[in-house]
Amino acid sequence: MIAWRRHRWAIYLLLGLASAVFLLPVYLVVVTSLKSPAAINLANTWSLPEAWHWQSFSDAWTVFAPKLANSFTLTVAATIASALMGSMNGYVLSKWRFPGANVVFPLMLFGMFIPYQAILIPLFDFLRSIGLYGGLTGLIMAHVVYGLPITTLIFRNYYAEIPDEMLEAGKIDGAGFFGLYGRIVFPLSLPGFVVVIIWQFTQIWNEFLFAVTLTSQENQPITVALAQLAGGEAVRWNLPMAGAILAALPTLLVYVLLGRYFVKGLLAGSVKG
Amino acid sequence: MKLTRDRWMAVLMLLPSVVLIGVFVYGFIGQTAWTSFSDWGRVSSQALAVDPEIELVGWANYRDLFTGFIDVRFRQDLVNTFFFTIFFLAGCLGLGLGLAFLLDQDVKGEGFFRTLFLFPMSLSFVVTGTVWRWMLQPRGGVNVLPTTVGLPAWEFRWLTDRTQIWRFDWNALPSMTGLLVAVVLAGVALSSWRDGRRRRAGVALASAALLGGWALTLGRDVALLPYPELHGFNVAFVGIILAAVWQMSGYTMALYLAGLRGIPGELREAARVDGANEVQLYRHVVLPLLQPITLSAMIILGHISLKIFDLIFAMAGADNATTDVPALLMYLTAFRANQFSKGAAIAMVLLVMVAAVIVPYLWTSLRGETRR
Amino acid sequence: MLRRLLTLLAVALLGLAVAQSQIEIFSWWAGDEGPALEALITQYEADHPGVEVVNATVTGGSGVNARAVLKTRMLGGDPPDSFQVHAGQELIGTWVVADRMEDLTFLYEEMGWFDAYPQGLIDAMSTDEGIWSVPVNIHRSNVMWFVPAKLEEWGITAPASWSEFLTVCPAIQANGVTPLALGENWTQVHLWESVALGVLGAEDYDKLWTTELAFTDPKALEVWDVFGQVLDCTNDDAAGLSWQQATDMVVGGTAAFNIMGDWAAGYMSTTLGLEPGVGYGWAASPGTNGVFMWLSDAFGLPMGINNREGTLDWLRLVGSAKGQDIFNPLKGSIAPHFESDLSLYNAYLKSAAADWQSNEVVGSLAHGAVAKEAFMSDFATVMEIYLATGSAEGAANAAQAIAGQVGLGQ
Repeated sequence: MIAWRRHRWAIYLLLGLASAVFLLPVYLVVVTSLKSPAAINLANTWSLPEAWHWQSFSDAWTVFAPKLANSFTLTVAATIASALMGSMNGYVLSKWRFPGANVVFPLMLFGMFIPYQAILIPLFDFLRSIGLYGGLTGLIMAHVVYGLPITTLIFRNYYAEIPDEMLEAGKIDGAGFFGLYGRIVFPLSLPGFVVVIIWQFTQIWNEFLFAVTLTSQENQPITVALAQLAGGEAVRWNLPMAGAILAALPTLLVYVLLGRYFVKGLLAGSVKG
Repeated sequence: MKLTRDRWMAVLMLLPSVVLIGVFVYGFIGQTAWTSFSDWGRVSSQALAVDPEIELVGWANYRDLFTGFIDVRFRQDLVNTFFFTIFFLAGCLGLGLGLAFLLDQDVKGEGFFRTLFLFPMSLSFVVTGTVWRWMLQPRGGVNVLPTTVGLPAWEFRWLTDRTQIWRFDWNALPSMTGLLVAVVLAGVALSSWRDGRRRRAGVALASAALLGGWALTLGRDVALLPYPELHGFNVAFVGIILAAVWQMSGYTMALYLAGLRGIPGELREAARVDGANEVQLYRHVVLPLLQPITLSAMIILGHISLKIFDLIFAMAGADNATTDVPALLMYLTAFRANQFSKGAAIAMVLLVMVAAVIVPYLWTSLRGETRR
Repeated sequence: MLRRLLTLLAVALLGLAVAQSQIEIFSWWAGDEGPALEALITQYEADHPGVEVVNATVTGGSGVNARAVLKTRMLGGDPPDSFQVHAGQELIGTWVVADRMEDLTFLYEEMGWFDAYPQGLIDAMSTDEGIWSVPVNIHRSNVMWFVPAKLEEWGITAPASWSEFLTVCPAIQANGVTPLALGENWTQVHLWESVALGVLGAEDYDKLWTTELAFTDPKALEVWDVFGQVLDCTNDDAAGLSWQQATDMVVGGTAAFNIMGDWAAGYMSTTLGLEPGVGYGWAASPGTNGVFMWLSDAFGLPMGINNREGTLDWLRLVGSAKGQDIFNPLKGSIAPHFESDLSLYNAYLKSAAADWQSNEVVGSLAHGAVAKEAFMSDFATVMEIYLATGSAEGAANAAQAIAGQVGLGQ
């Protein structure tokens, strides 16, 4: 890196510029959310608020609190369910051979990539016919099923790293299918679960299409509530901005605190980890 | 004995997921396909009735979408998606590579920068869309930024811009694509010749000549529509591309950084010993090694951009025709205009587009794995 | 002992029956428009103690989100007890043809409403098989807004026809002022229908929606030509403005005129605090003097609801002069009922009510009165085609094709 050493200031300059660009929207969101509606003026968009209008957050909270609860219920339930099933699936697909295993996995994986519009109408019809339309249960079900491919993929790739000799040793000791899982595989699964849980939490919390099509007003998750708030006619922008911060906070916190695992989850999504 | 019983357990434990995916993915896709061949929604009395009478009408919906007079919006959506994908990919790959390169230079606070550039990925597209919508208000936001340093405000229209550039006639598509493929084949011929594979070069060159010749003569007369129809790049997409690149370039940066770090130091040392300078090092050693990552990223980002819905819904609203994309049009057609069969047809087209990108990728990457 | 138990049981059951009674009213009246609905609900709950009204609103301008939510609920077999809908084809073309609404002729007869509303309105809400909704308000679409003081300053008067408008347009532009303020998306369709009415006249305008007059007819083509010329007199950045921002342009003096429904009066009076007649003035949009283009919010009776009696009571309140006079002064619209007490309304609304009682009435296109949802949704494409190509023939052909495809007028 000889040439660059002389110009290291250029590197830092570029990084600084990039950081500024990346942080610009954040600054704007925070600043706008702290202005009172009267003070929001297209001309003074970038100036700091004169008086810090914390009420935006309490107003946003009143509107969003029930939706946040919906999002939490949805995300926690669906994440746990899809993670557990993904773990079992990953275990089977990485450690057990049976005819058709090589066909089943790609077929499952394809489900991760499909545009959800291709199944939206039948899904809607199906939930309606079993009476689960409009409620959170239907939405949770949808997210569990459509989350299976990615959780299976992550666990399969993770379990593939477990040396087969460990399982061989277990088999010699007399363990069967469940025994191997319970005594060897599951105890080693913690990092895998962390990756899967973080990934699923983020994906399900942030999802919009299912949320907007399959839930009724009182069961809406936060993404739909935010879109409706910001898409109204005479928008008082401090409210959607405060709402956006509230909506983003959980996943942002997860990301900041556990970012390393988040990235691992990301990279798993490119199949060739 | 025990092994066989365990294998049965394995199959049994996998079965629920297989059944669920079978029904919810493949079964539902089949049902959407069936709906797309039906007439559900063409007549309002039947669309929302308690017990609609639905009949199969074959390819009528698809014919309408591709050749129907009023479905010009759908065709423009396809063009929109094409341009959006190209710029989105270019932006994410370029910016991602650039940032990864900078961070690879042993900078202080690398962890901080990495976290910073990646954080938009944790956000929902709806949040990003809402924030950027406010930022790109024509009378405020980014346009007003220069005034903070005393310069006059910008006058970009951003999402409300109605101009369209690079216009072309839909009927010119066959000959244009033919010409493009011919050029690519010619390039393949050239590189094959250089590699010494004469026969392959010859075949490629012949195909290129044939295709190019057709494109310039007979291809011109192929009429997809009975009248000329102009399409082009809607400048309003620039704002959406910016927001999308802002959100996703952290992903490519993470990939490239991992890739750069994966290049063994000895390789770089060896190249330097051979007398390569920095630029040559990157051009001939590093970049080629990053190719698989580029391909991976292109596939993943490409399929995201083909399906994009949330971002545009939040940023431009569902009613903004200039920034329409097929995914959004499907939602509007099915859930606002009650034309379920047409919406299903749009969804199937979307699926085919995504499959065309994903299936080859899954095939090659998994085939490589099983060979191991 | 037994008698006491039985009495207790009876009281408990009665209490249960009374307490469990509720009706769910579904609308998009959130934000500024909320208070009017709430006043009506308060009156209902006072008249019917023991029935709780669940006020289900879905935000989003002009009901676009609400309609999508309603659709999913109806298809999901969970209809609200009554829902806000634009009276006319928006209801008929979507839910009536699907056999999901109950005929309200008996209610009209009971309440004497056949004599209380203009025939044009009743006709628009009916089909051969009955009447389908009860209107709660009337808004006027073809109104032109301006500031009288500014017009005096520039030496112009409100034009009486579109050709007159096009004549004064250059003079206004010379002053550095936009002749006509325009906003995004649906406001353009709103402008179009005023142009159409002004160019065609009430009779031919009506014929468009029964398909007696084809969109490709030369008379209809002329509408697009005039529309194009009018668009040249509007502001460049229309696509980025909400309707309130367009109104702000007129109030602020950067635009001379704005064509908008009379909710603009509500905005200017209440939010901006201007006095009707002084701070802002109005006239019928050019060429439409004597014709009242109406749109109406109404409620219907869906089939398969939980509390039919409670909902019928709601409809009785909504359609009565008393209920409408509670709702409309707060909403900024007028009552469709002829016996409305005009002393409760402000200067603008009084003048609008006088017009309502005397003018010819035609339904609005942009607000769901004369054309079904599918047509409205696709008309956006027609507008796009026109804006992109500038070709009247192209737009007319598209409109005609869509009319055919969705079965307009059937």
